[in-house]
Amino acid sequence: MNSFDAFKDPALCRSLLGRLTEEATTPMRFMEVCGTHTVAIFQSGLRSLLPGTITHLTGPGCPVCVTHESEVAAFLELAARDDVIVATFGDLMRVPGPKGANLKTASAEGARVEVVYSPFDALALAKANPDRTVVFLGIGFETTAPTVAATIRLAREQSLDNFLVMSFHKLVPPALRALLADPEARVDAFILPGHVSAIIGVDPYAFLATEYGVPSVITGFEPLDILQALIHIVRMRRDNAPAVINQYSRVVPEHGNQKALAVMAEVFTPVDALWRGLGVLPQSGLAIAEPYAAFDAFKVLGITLKDHPPLPGCRCGEVLKGKMPPNECPLFAKACTPATPVGPCMVSTEGGCAAYFKYRLEA
Amino acid sequence: MCLAVPMEIISIADNVADVEIGGVKRQVRLDIIDEAPAIGDYVIVHAGFALRRLDREDALETIKLFQEGLNLELL
Ligand code: SF4
Repeated sequence: MNSFDAFKDPALCRSLLGRLTEEATTPMRFMEVCGTHTVAIFQSGLRSLLPGTITHLTGPGCPVCVTHESEVAAFLELAARDDVIVATFGDLMRVPGPKGANLKTASAEGARVEVVYSPFDALALAKANPDRTVVFLGIGFETTAPTVAATIRLAREQSLDNFLVMSFHKLVPPALRALLADPEARVDAFILPGHVSAIIGVDPYAFLATEYGVPSVITGFEPLDILQALIHIVRMRRDNAPAVINQYSRVVPEHGNQKALAVMAEVFTPVDALWRGLGVLPQSGLAIAEPYAAFDAFKVLGITLKDHPPLPGCRCGEVLKGKMPPNECPLFAKACTPATPVGPCMVSTEGGCAAYFKYRLEA
Repeated sequence: MCLAVPMEIISIADNVADVEIGGVKRQVRLDIIDEAPAIGDYVIVHAGFALRRLDREDALETIKLFQEGLNLELL
C-alpha cells in the first residue's frame, strides 16, 4: 500500500468532520482557488457533508475557465494559418471562443492541432516537423509556467527555430486581490492551491491576512487535508487572528521552489492580463521576456489580442467570482451540459459548472 | 492538468526520470525540481515535469499531527 493512502483514512475523516461541525458555529463562505481542489471536494463527497453554516464557492482556479474570449480568438487565428501546428493541452480543445468556435471545430476545418501532455512534447513535435512552426499554447498558473519556461530555455539551447509559445499564463495572487476588492464576491476565507504554492511558497499570500483580514490555508488534495484546512480557518476566524497557514508543508516549502522561480523570472515578465469574468488585472499575467522574444508567437507571427464580447448567456464570470452557484445560470443543465458546453466552466473537468453537473447538486 | 498524487521514481537518466503509480508509468523531466530525487523517492508531477520531491516520513508525520491534534482536544 502507498503510505500516502493514509490521507484518505475514513475514521480520521469522520473525527475531523465531527470536530469541524462542532466548531463551525458562525456562517462562513470559503472559496478554493484551485480546480483540482474543486474536483476533490466534490469527488470525495465532502461538499455534501459540510456543516450547514459553511458555504462553499468555486473560484477562478481552472486555467481553461479563466482563458479570456479574446485569448481564445487569438489562438483560433493562429490555428487558421497553414504553416502552423498548434500544440495544446487537451483541455483547451473545446473551450468556446467568439461565435462558439473552438479548436476542435478548427481542426475539423483543416487546422493542424496536436494534443500534448507536456510542453516538452511540443518541443519533440517541432523537431519532428522541421518544415512547420509548432506553437505551444501556454495556459495555466505558476505551476505550469516554470515547465513552459524550462521548455523555452531548452529550445534555445538546442537552437530550435520552429518552436514558439503563445503565453497566456496567469498569476494567482493578483486574482485573489481582485476578488477581495470586489464587495459583491464576499469571500470570508481561501483554501489556497497546493501546487501553485509549491512553486511560489507562502509569502506572496501574506496580504490576504494583513491587508484584508482574510484567513487562508495552503493545503493538499486529500479529504483529510481539506478538512484540516477548514478547521484551521474556522479557528482563525473565531480567534480573530487571520494568517496564512501552510498545512501542506510536506510539499510546499516556505519560500517556494527557487529553481522554478528562477527559470520563470528569466524567461517571462509580468504584464497586465485579461481574465475571463474578472477583466484586466494589473501585473497578473506572464509574457515572454525580451531575451527570449524569438520564441514569442505573438511577436514572431504578429498576432495581437482583439476585443471580443463575452459569450451570450454564459454566466461563467459570476461563477468564477463566487457570486453565483452554477445551477443558478439559466443555461445550466439545459442548453449547457458537458456534452454541449456553452461556456468553459462546463468544458473543463476542473470547472465549477462541470463539477456541479457531474455530482448533480441542487444547492 | 495536475496529478495530485505522488509518483515513485523507478529510474533516472540525465534530466529524465521514469515514475510509476499503481501500474501507470510516465516519464518526467527533472529541470525544475529544486531537490534532486533518488530512486524510490516520491515526486509531485505536473505537465510532464517533477515539481517537488516528497518525503514518506514527512507525509506520515502530517498524519500523526492530525491524529494528535484530535486526541489532545478530545481529552
Ligand atoms: S452553466 Fe454553462 S453557460 Fe452557465 S455559467 Fe456554466 S458554463 Fe456558462
